[in-house]
Amino acid sequence: MDSAQSGSPSAGFHPRLGGLAGFIVRRLLLGLLVLAIVSVVVFAATQALPGDPARAILGRSATPDSLKALREQLNLNRPVLTQYGDWVKGLVTGNLGTSLAAREPVSTYLHDRLVNSAFLVFLSAIISIPLSIAIGAYAALKRDRLFDSSASILTLLLAALPEFVVGVTLVVLFATTIFPHLLPGVSNIAPGTEPWTQLKEMILPTLTLVIAVTPYVARIMRASMIEVLESEYVEMARLKGVPEREVVVRHALPNALGPTFQVIAINLAYLAGGVIVVEYVFNYAGIGGALQNAVITRDLPVVQALAMLIAAVYVVLNLLADVATILVTPRLRTRL
Amino acid sequence: MSAPEAAIVVDDLRVVVAGTGHDIVDEVSFAIAPGEVLGLVGESGSGKTTAALALLGHTRRGARITGGSVRIGDQQVLELSRDQSRRLRGRVISYVPQDPASALNPALRIGTQLTEALEVHGIGGSGDERRARVAEMMREVALPDDPAYLRRYPHELSGGQQQRVGLAMAFACRPRVIVLDEPTTGLDVTTQAHVLGTVRELAAAHRVAALYVSHDLAVVGSLAARVAVMYAGRIVELAPADELFQAAAHPYTRRLVAAVPHLEGRRDLVGIPGRAPSPGQRPGGCSFALRCTMVQEECTLAMPDLRVVSEAHSARCLFAEQVRALVDERRGPAGVVAEPAAADSVLALNGVNAGYMGLTVVHDVNLGVAPRECLALVGESGSGKTTLARAIVGLHRERSGEILLKGRPLARAARSRPRDVRRSIQYVFQNPYGSLNPRRTVGQIVRQPLELFGGRSGREIDRRVDEMLARVSLTAAYASQYPDQLSGGERQRVAIARALVCNPEVLVCDEVTSALDVSVQAAIVELLGELQRDLGLAMLFVTHNLPLVRSIAQRVAVMSSGRIVELGPVDRVLQEPADDYTRRLLADTPSLETATA
Repeated sequence: MDSAQSGSPSAGFHPRLGGLAGFIVRRLLLGLLVLAIVSVVVFAATQALPGDPARAILGRSATPDSLKALREQLNLNRPVLTQYGDWVKGLVTGNLGTSLAAREPVSTYLHDRLVNSAFLVFLSAIISIPLSIAIGAYAALKRDRLFDSSASILTLLLAALPEFVVGVTLVVLFATTIFPHLLPGVSNIAPGTEPWTQLKEMILPTLTLVIAVTPYVARIMRASMIEVLESEYVEMARLKGVPEREVVVRHALPNALGPTFQVIAINLAYLAGGVIVVEYVFNYAGIGGALQNAVITRDLPVVQALAMLIAAVYVVLNLLADVATILVTPRLRTRL
Repeated sequence: MSAPEAAIVVDDLRVVVAGTGHDIVDEVSFAIAPGEVLGLVGESGSGKTTAALALLGHTRRGARITGGSVRIGDQQVLELSRDQSRRLRGRVISYVPQDPASALNPALRIGTQLTEALEVHGIGGSGDERRARVAEMMREVALPDDPAYLRRYPHELSGGQQQRVGLAMAFACRPRVIVLDEPTTGLDVTTQAHVLGTVRELAAAHRVAALYVSHDLAVVGSLAARVAVMYAGRIVELAPADELFQAAAHPYTRRLVAAVPHLEGRRDLVGIPGRAPSPGQRPGGCSFALRCTMVQEECTLAMPDLRVVSEAHSARCLFAEQVRALVDERRGPAGVVAEPAAADSVLALNGVNAGYMGLTVVHDVNLGVAPRECLALVGESGSGKTTLARAIVGLHRERSGEILLKGRPLARAARSRPRDVRRSIQYVFQNPYGSLNPRRTVGQIVRQPLELFGGRSGREIDRRVDEMLARVSLTAAYASQYPDQLSGGERQRVAIARALVCNPEVLVCDEVTSALDVSVQAAIVELLGELQRDLGLAMLFVTHNLPLVRSIAQRVAVMSSGRIVELGPVDRVLQEPADDYTRRLLADTPSLETATA
């Protein structure tokens, strides 16, 4: 009612940062619940894997005695619930167990690979996110013109290609057949060396991931931007004489980003899993290769640790996307 | 007509559909003097918003200005470069949009948006000067000017406050011309009255020439000295407001005035049959010829020119003088609103409370509706009237107290009520664009209740559907059409047919005309009144439109903050309101009587 407007604005009407902090805490607790459920599923799934880890480790020629001894050593013959309890306890205290195949702590075994994969994803993300936002926004501004229609066709085409096809095509183009030895087709990053010291090796895997992610995000950004550009507040900004550049940067972009953040998060989470295929193509020493080996050798602690890690990445990225959306959407802040 | 002192002169403006070249707006000419408010009235699709935006040299996507001129001072608006027109907009000529909720940027604080209006035109040298100017603007539109308020986001303001921010923004650079595009549509009458008052004061105080675009004749009449009526893209009549309402010289204007509900004197509303031709389908001659009762052969030959019928009064009709001299037929026949039969209430409410999640929004309502009676429930948005209506039909379950149908208490949820009870109480929703399933044909929509409530053979159902469609003035051909092929008024007829097809005893209508044009509203009210009399329905007519009550109801209940503050016969309540709230509501309601007084 209008009559209520004369007084000073009520304190409760304003977004408090406490609201946002509270929201993050609530969502983190919810995320822990999700991870707890995921842990049950992961544990049950690894239990259901066909084959016996002890036999997988020792090979077909193992004697029943040595199998029994190894099962004992690995606690495989204890009740399932106890095994689960021990595993969760380990997860919480940071002890991920010992790799059955590599015979070293899982955390040590995965550390370097994790760094490699994380760097690959990070590099792909910082290139593809601004790139896709720029392409999408510019296509929306040039709606139905040459840039827009060509970007539309190209993004649709690239989105339809699986990343291993993209990866192999890039190798053929830049490493083997068309321009041989222009770029390394295999990313041999020696264990113990930091991937950022070998940027040339990173180019093709990163490019593959960028090509995998950019089309989706660019298309969503274009759609979101078009909607915003047609909105009445953008028309109003133009009608009050705001220069076109500021109309785009100040009025349109922030409102178009909200929906795009969600898609970026889904795509980055997808990268965390999609990295596996790309790492295989380029023989890149990351978690992808580790996961693949671990599944073949029934290295359950490694499989479980990686599954939990990927789940945690999903939870965190979704939380980040929601926080980012809230930050660019004041209306959501008040409701917290 | 272009008086030398005019602030803005529009001459022969033409806007077309970009691809096809069909005219959206054509031959629009007028001039507005400093300090004058010109009203531009038209129904949806008449091209009034397109014409209004063209004054700023702007068109929406898909439209193009192809002819005419707009002159402000010595500047030809339509000949300016991009950069020149950017500098013109907001500073020399500004715009107030229809829906402030969507025209303010949701991601920017209102203070930022207000300051921006000054910044982009380099007004106010320093930040401090601009802040002082913004504070002054806020005071002018009667909003708080403290920094905390300016740090609010648009969604933290009510609709009326948002529209005042829009006004403050438009007046910020002290423009010479201001274009207001239905700025009060969607606002409550009280808020509307405040906003209109602000517009009037600011335009007069700063000698601003204002174009006030609206579909609402009464609102325009209360604000503008002269009114232009638009139909099918052309101005068909331009006259001083009082002359337009009393002696219109164009048949369309006459019919439009007759369709507006009046606060004084009970009478039937008369709708205009047919619909306005859209761009590309406009006939060669007078575009109203198809719907005009006085049409002659000459009318279809060529578009008539504007004829001057008296000083400052012109109309685009070959027979303007005759039309103007016609005996006042704009008042429909004195309404025959059926007297309620002296019987017990068919629907009774005893101590009804309703709310959402523990918050009560309807308090202790006692009402009764007799057979053959129409009871109007009037209130502003948020008064709880829709909640109450939904509780009656069983769509709102959080309620206590008794709702009785013929003495038998009703269950809270519609689904727990016996089938026959559900058949007896029917509902027509506010928005005909949302209440009809887009995937079903009109025939399927209307026959569904019959199938649901059973007891008829297939052939009987078919016959009943045809009969019902005819009853709401739709031909049988409509049965195979889908809702999106229908106009708003036609859709609402389908919704009414669906509600009445199974012979209910009680009909609840929730704001059924608020999404419709006045001429369509009149036709729907005409139809509802007729059906209610013929079928002996008890009707609860929920509305925010007080004058409309006159034309349909015998009794009226006024609702405020969830309580019935006044209940009585329509004539008594409208003429001698006993409650302060009703009095205020009446005072704030613009009507043709107060406009011409």
